[in-house]
Amino acid sequence: MAKPKIRSELRFLLNGEDVALADVAPDATLLDFLRLSRSLRGTKEGCAEGDCGACTVLVGRLSGGKLVYESVNACIRFLGSLDGTHVVTVEHLRGESGQLHPVQQAMVDFHGSQCGFCTPGFVMSLYALWMKSPDPSNAEIEKALQGNLCRCTGYEAIVRAAHAISSYGKAAKDPLAVERKAVTARLEQLRDGLRVEIGAGRQRLIVPADVADFARLLEAEPAATVVAGSTDVGLWVTKHMRDISPVIFIGGLDGLKTISEDKDAGDGKIISIGAGVTYTEAFAALAKRIPAFGPLFDRIGGEQVRNMGTIGGNIANGSPIGDTPPPLIALGAMLTLRKGKARRTIPLEDFFIAYGRQDRQPGEFVEAVHVPVPDEGTHFAVHKVTKRRDEDITAVLGAFHLTLAQDGTVADVCIAYGGMAATPKRAYAVEKALIGQPWTEATVMAAMDRYAEDFAPLTDMRASAEYRAMAARNLLLRFHAETSGTRAPLTVTREKAA
Amino acid sequence: MTTHTPDLKAARIAGGVAADQRHDSAHKHVAGTAIYIDDMPEPAGTLHGCLGLATVTHGDIVGMDLSAVRGAPGIVDVLTASDIPGENDISPTGRHDEPVLADGKVQFHGQPIFCVIAETREQARRASRLAKVEYKELPFVTDIGGLDPLKDKLVTPPLTLKRGDAAAAIRNAPRRVKGKMRVGGQEHFYLEGHIAMAVPGEDQDVTVYCSTQHPTEVQHMVGHALGAPSHAVTVEIRRMGGGFGGKETQGNQFAALVAIAAKKLGRAVKIRPDRDDDMIATGKRHDFLIDYEAGFDDDGNILGVDYIYAARCGFSSDLSGPVTDRALFHCDNSYFYPAVKAVSAPLYTNTVSNTAFRGFGGPQGMVGAERVIDEIAFALGKDPLDIRKRNFYGTEDRNVTPYHQTVEDNVIGRIVNELEASADYAGRRRTIQAFNANSRFVKRGMALTPVKFGISFTATHYNQAGALVHVYTDGSVHLNHGGTEMGQGLNTKVAQVVAEEFQIDLDQVKITATTTGKVPNTSATAASSGSDLNGMAAQNGARQIKDRLVAFAAKKYSIPADQVEFLPNRVRVGNQEIAFADLVKQAYMARIQLSAAGFYKTPKIHWDRDKGQGHPFYYFAYGAACSEVSVDTLTGEYMVERTDILHETGRSLNPAIDLGQVEGGFVQGVGWLTTEELWWDDKGRLRTHAPSTYKIPLASDRPKIFNVALADWSENAEPTVHRSKAVGEPPFMLGMSVFHALSDAVASVADHKICPRLDAPATPERMLMAIERLKTEAVK
Repeated sequence: MAKPKIRSELRFLLNGEDVALADVAPDATLLDFLRLSRSLRGTKEGCAEGDCGACTVLVGRLSGGKLVYESVNACIRFLGSLDGTHVVTVEHLRGESGQLHPVQQAMVDFHGSQCGFCTPGFVMSLYALWMKSPDPSNAEIEKALQGNLCRCTGYEAIVRAAHAISSYGKAAKDPLAVERKAVTARLEQLRDGLRVEIGAGRQRLIVPADVADFARLLEAEPAATVVAGSTDVGLWVTKHMRDISPVIFIGGLDGLKTISEDKDAGDGKIISIGAGVTYTEAFAALAKRIPAFGPLFDRIGGEQVRNMGTIGGNIANGSPIGDTPPPLIALGAMLTLRKGKARRTIPLEDFFIAYGRQDRQPGEFVEAVHVPVPDEGTHFAVHKVTKRRDEDITAVLGAFHLTLAQDGTVADVCIAYGGMAATPKRAYAVEKALIGQPWTEATVMAAMDRYAEDFAPLTDMRASAEYRAMAARNLLLRFHAETSGTRAPLTVTREKAA
Repeated sequence: MTTHTPDLKAARIAGGVAADQRHDSAHKHVAGTAIYIDDMPEPAGTLHGCLGLATVTHGDIVGMDLSAVRGAPGIVDVLTASDIPGENDISPTGRHDEPVLADGKVQFHGQPIFCVIAETREQARRASRLAKVEYKELPFVTDIGGLDPLKDKLVTPPLTLKRGDAAAAIRNAPRRVKGKMRVGGQEHFYLEGHIAMAVPGEDQDVTVYCSTQHPTEVQHMVGHALGAPSHAVTVEIRRMGGGFGGKETQGNQFAALVAIAAKKLGRAVKIRPDRDDDMIATGKRHDFLIDYEAGFDDDGNILGVDYIYAARCGFSSDLSGPVTDRALFHCDNSYFYPAVKAVSAPLYTNTVSNTAFRGFGGPQGMVGAERVIDEIAFALGKDPLDIRKRNFYGTEDRNVTPYHQTVEDNVIGRIVNELEASADYAGRRRTIQAFNANSRFVKRGMALTPVKFGISFTATHYNQAGALVHVYTDGSVHLNHGGTEMGQGLNTKVAQVVAEEFQIDLDQVKITATTTGKVPNTSATAASSGSDLNGMAAQNGARQIKDRLVAFAAKKYSIPADQVEFLPNRVRVGNQEIAFADLVKQAYMARIQLSAAGFYKTPKIHWDRDKGQGHPFYYFAYGAACSEVSVDTLTGEYMVERTDILHETGRSLNPAIDLGQVEGGFVQGVGWLTTEELWWDDKGRLRTHAPSTYKIPLASDRPKIFNVALADWSENAEPTVHRSKAVGEPPFMLGMSVFHALSDAVASVADHKICPRLDAPATPERMLMAIERLKTEAVK
C-alpha cells in the first residue's frame, strides 16, 4: 500500500473562525494556545492536570457523522488532537450585542460566582449539560460538575442556577444548535483523509489517516508516544515536563471507536470495544448490557476526563489503579494487540506482567478489548472505594463475578482488584476458598482470611495498607449481601432518602 | 451600565444597603472578562520566573551548581539569596525567621532556594529542574506527634489563658475525662494560584500586581527586600481568584522575587507557580494536637477544663502566634467554663510554614471544645445536644470568657432552640434510631453544633481602615478602600454603603482596584473584618462630602441644614428637589471639595497578651448547624443527607452575598474535617500537592438537603456599619456538625456507649478504623 498523502498543518474551528496551524509543538496544549497565542483569557488554568475544570472548553467532533459537543480540559488537551474539531470557549457564548447566554445569566442571577475564577469552567460544563439535557435532574447536574471545583460557593447556588437555565432560553435555539448543519458541513470538509505530520526531529507530531496508517507508523517508530485521550500523557508534559516527541494522536481515529456486539462461538455474547472509545461512549453500550458498569463509570474522573479518556488507554497505560481492568478481568475479557497487520488476542489478565511492564511488544498497540456479557443468573458487581466519592483515584476497587450452582454452592467465581498490588490482580486464594462451598456468609467470612495470601497492599497518600486490606475484605461481604436479596441499604448513595 | 439615567422619582435607590445585590463582577465572571493578574496584558518583554525548590527536608546546602540552569534555553538570570539587595526576609511579624530564598540552610522539603528568570514560563519551569544542589542532610521532624508541647522548640512565644483554678476544679469534680485529639490542616486551594507581576519604574520605583489580601504588607516586604522606601513601591490588586487566608502573607515571596528581578533586569517579571509548586511551597491551615482534661458534674455541667493546643507551625513563625492565640480564644466555643486553663504550643517543624486560613485557629480551638462536650455526653449517656445547651454562656451571669471578656451579645440559646425546632431534631433522632436498628451496614448519625466567633483582629492596631471617595461633577462616584476583593463581595457591600449614604443608585458608584497608592497603611483583608472596617471608612468618607454638600446647600438656598435631605438620586433642599448630580455640579462651581479620605478604627477593644486579659473582640457572631449523615460501615464512606443552618449576620448589608458566604463557608469547613487530608511521607515530602491527591468537596459532596437561613431578627448590639455582622469566617465552623454527625454514626456500632474519639479529617479510612475499634471495644 502506498504511503498516504500528508498534510502539514492542523485545521480546526475555533469559535467562529477557521484555524490552520503549520507550526505546532507536539506537546502544545490547547489552554496555552488559547491564552497565550489567541489572548482568549476567559479560559483559566487552575491545576494543569485535568482535575479542577477551570479550563473547561467544549470540543465538537463528528461521531458517526453526528456532531457532538463535549466538555474537555484544555490544560491537558494537546493541540495535535484537535484536527477536524470545533473548539468552543467561553468567549463564544455571548450574543452579538453582548448579551449574556442563558447559562451565564442564570449563574449571575442565582449568585453562582464569588471569586469568579472557576466560573467560566462551570459555565462551559453547564452549557454542555444544558444542550444535552435542558431540564436536568440533580443527579445529572452533579455528574456534569464532577470535574469542576469551586472553593467559594459550596455549589448550592451553582446547582440552583443549573436548574434555572432553561427559563432563560431554549437549548434548541442556541447558536450551536442553530449552526449545527453548517458546522457539520465544515467539519466534513476538514476531514480530507490525509495524515497530518508537523515538525521534524525532536519536535514532531503525527495524526494518522486511519488505523492501518497508525499501525504502519507505530511499527516503523516504536518509540513514539501514542496519545488517545491524553488524560495521563497530558500530565507527563504539564507536570513532569517530559519530552514526548514524536507523538501519534489516535483519539480521532474512527477505526478505533467501534463498539460491536458479537455472538460468541459459545453461549454468551461479547461486546468488542475499540481502544479509542471514551468512557462516555462506552458508558452507553456497556452499562446498558452490564449495568454494574454504570455506577463505576460515573465515578471515573470528571465529565471532562470521561469525554477524553479511553478504555484502551486505561488498559495500555498499565496502571495498578486503573478502574476498568479489574472488572474486565473478572468478566474474562480478552485483549487484541496489533502490530502492523499482525494481531494477537490474549486474556486481559495476562497483559499485566509487573508494575510498569505489560505484554506489549515494541510497535504493538492495544486495538480492542472483548468483554463477555455475564450470563443471566450470574452475579457481577464492581465496587470502588475512594477518599472523596467522585472524581477521585481509586484506593481499592474490587470486581466480583459469581456463578452459583443449582445447589447454592459456588460453581465459579472470579475476583479482581485494583489498588491492592503492582498490577490489577486476581484474588486466587480467595476464589479457591469460595469455589465448591455453599454461598453463605460463613463461607465468605472464612474466605476473607485468605486475602493476605493474595495481596500485600502499599501505604500511600490515598490509603494505608491496613485500610486497603480491610476495605478489600469488606467489599466481598458487601457483594455477598447484594446477592442475598436484602432490602437494607448496602452502601451510601447520592439518592435522597424517601 | 454605561448610559444610566437616575430615576429622580424613585422611592428607593437601586442597590442600597440590605439589597440582594449581585456581585459587582458577576457578569464579568460568567463572561470570562473579569481580569485576574494572569489575564492582564503583559508589558513588552515581560520575563517569567520559576522557583527552584529544595529536595531535602532539612540540611545545609554545601554546593549549588546552577550552570545547567543558566545554560538552558531562554534563561536570562538565576537569582539566589545573594542577589537580594535589601533584607532576605519576609517574616510578617518581624521575627526575621523567613528568608525569601534559603541561604545556606534548608528547613523544609520544597523550600525555595533559587529563582529562574526566563523569556517564557515554560523555559523557566524546565530550567528550574536542572540545578545540581549538594546538601548535608540533617535530622528532621515533620510531625508534632512525637514532640513535647511544653519543652520542644517553638517558633513564637506561647500564650496562656487562665481564669479560676482549673486544676483544682477538675480535681474536685465528681467526674473527669481526659484525652487527646488530632485535627488536620488544610490547603486553601484558591482556584487562582499565587501570582505576582512587577513592572519597574524610574528611580527605585516598582509597581507590583500581586494576588494578595494584604497589599500594604507586600509593599513593606518588597521595600525591605529591595532596600527601598515604601513610597517607591506600589502594590495593586483588582481581584483574587480566592484567598481564604492563603494570600494574607504567602504572596510576599513571589512579590519580592518579581520586584527584585524586575529592578535588576529592567524588565517586567511575572511569576505564576504551577499548582503543585504553590501547594508545596506555601503555607496551610495549622494542624493541631489537642490535649484536654475536663471535670464535670453528674448533670453534665462543666466545672473546669485544661487544654494544651499544640500546632504544627512549620519552619518559621509567619502568623502562627496570632493563629494559635485565636485557637485559645475559641477553646470555649459557646460554653462557659467556671475554671479554665489553656496553653498554646506553636511548635517548630521541618514543614512549610503554616499560615492564616479562614477562622485563623478558631476552628481548631472550637473542635477541642466540642470534643470535650462529646466526652461528657458519652460518659453520662446523654445526647450531646443536652450537654451543649446546658453549658452555653449565660446572658446575665456565667458570661465571662477565658480571656476575661464579658459576652454581652449572647444569642446562641435562641439560635439553637430555633434550629432544633426547624430541623426537627428530636423527631429525626428517633427516626435515625429506628433506621439504625434495621440497617446492618449503613448507619445514620446526626449532630447539632453551635458557633460563637469573636470579631476583630487580636492585633488591636490592625482594626483600622481607610477609604477614598471622589464625587465627580456628573454625580458619579469613584470608590477606593483598603480592603481586597477575593470573591467575598466586599466591594459590592462597601459600594452599597456608599450608595446608601449618598442615596444614589449603585451603578453610580465605581469600585476600583485596591492600591497602596490610594489608601495607605491598610490592614489585611482578614479576620472577617472587611466590610466592618472598610464599610465604615467609606461611610465616613461619604459623610464628610455629604456634610460639605449640606452646608453648601443650606448656605446657597438660605435654609437650615436640617432642611437638606438626601432622597433617592436627588436632594431635597427646603421645598425643592435637586438631582444629586446637579447639586454636585453646583457645589463644584462654588469650589466645594468633593473628595474625602475616610477613616475608621474599631472602638472598645484592647488586649494585654502577657496577662491574657482584655476585650479583644468588638462583638461575636453566632450560628448553628444540624447535620445528618449516612455511613457505610464496611468501607467508612459517607454522605451528608441533610444540613439545616441558622446563622446570624446582624442586619445584613446584602443577604444574598451573606447566604453565599454561609453556604460556601460551611462546605469548606466540611471539607476540612472530612476528605481534605495533607499527607507527608517518611522522607518529609508532602505528597498531597495537587487536586488529584488533595480532595476538596465537589457539588456531589454537599448536603443532599441543604436548608440555610439567616436569622431575620439578628442585629448587631454594637454600632457597626448599619448594624451588620461579619460573615467571612464564622460559617466555616458550622462544618463541625457533619464531623460530629459522623462521630454519632460511628458510635451507633457500639450502641452509643463509647465515645468514638474520631480524629480529623474523618476520611473514610479514619471512619472505618474508628468503627472497627468501637466494634472491638464493645465486645470487651
